[in-house]
Amino acid sequence: MVKPTRVSNSIRPLRFAAGEMTQAELAERVGVTRQTIIAIEQGKYSPSLEVAFQIAHALGVRLDEVFSYPTTTSNGDSA
Amino acid sequence: MAEHDMGFEEKIAWAGVIVSIVHFAIYLSVLVTRAATTPMPETPYIDAMLWSIGAAIVVMIIVTIVVAVTTGRDGHEMDIRDKQIKARAEFTSRGLLIAAALAALIFAMLELDPFWIANVLYLGFFLSAMLETVTKIALYRGGVPAW
Repeated sequence: MVKPTRVSNSIRPLRFAAGEMTQAELAERVGVTRQTIIAIEQGKYSPSLEVAFQIAHALGVRLDEVFSYPTTTSNGDSA
Repeated sequence: MAEHDMGFEEKIAWAGVIVSIVHFAIYLSVLVTRAATTPMPETPYIDAMLWSIGAAIVVMIIVTIVVAVTTGRDGHEMDIRDKQIKARAEFTSRGLLIAAALAALIFAMLELDPFWIANVLYLGFFLSAMLETVTKIALYRGGVPAW
């Protein structure tokens, strides 16, 4: 059964912090289309690990500063 | 409203839906018109089928060239997301194609007229292509869910 991605990201604010990088510029550096960057920012597409690392590298930050995933507590609730 | 910028592949998918519907509608209307004076299995269909397939291919080539020329530099090459969407759409539509092939196989075993065998296959191609392109559009607009 398919489910929406639970991965969230901070690409948009990090782009602005990185000299107001445009979506097109980030897409060019990562090697994907601008539409893919838009989809990732909107949570409509979960990038591969390789693309995720490339995005973090292009933004000059660590992977976990760009992407986050809800952790589950011991009783199964998301944090 | 969240921004949605159509890339090259999504534009081609939209064009594919329209061209598929138009070409199959034209083929059906020719068939029905001819069947008004002839029993259906004896209705000439080969020329109409070949013309509609050929015309659809030519139109899609032209549309693809026009879209490529008018689309900006970005979004031309298929990236990993485009490839994943394409693979998912093909996977989704595969069942219809298999169903049409099975139907054609059964028709052949029952020794039905070649008219029915050819047209059930053609219907399968059309429905499969429609499902594939509609699935692509849905994934581009709604997002690609995880498995």
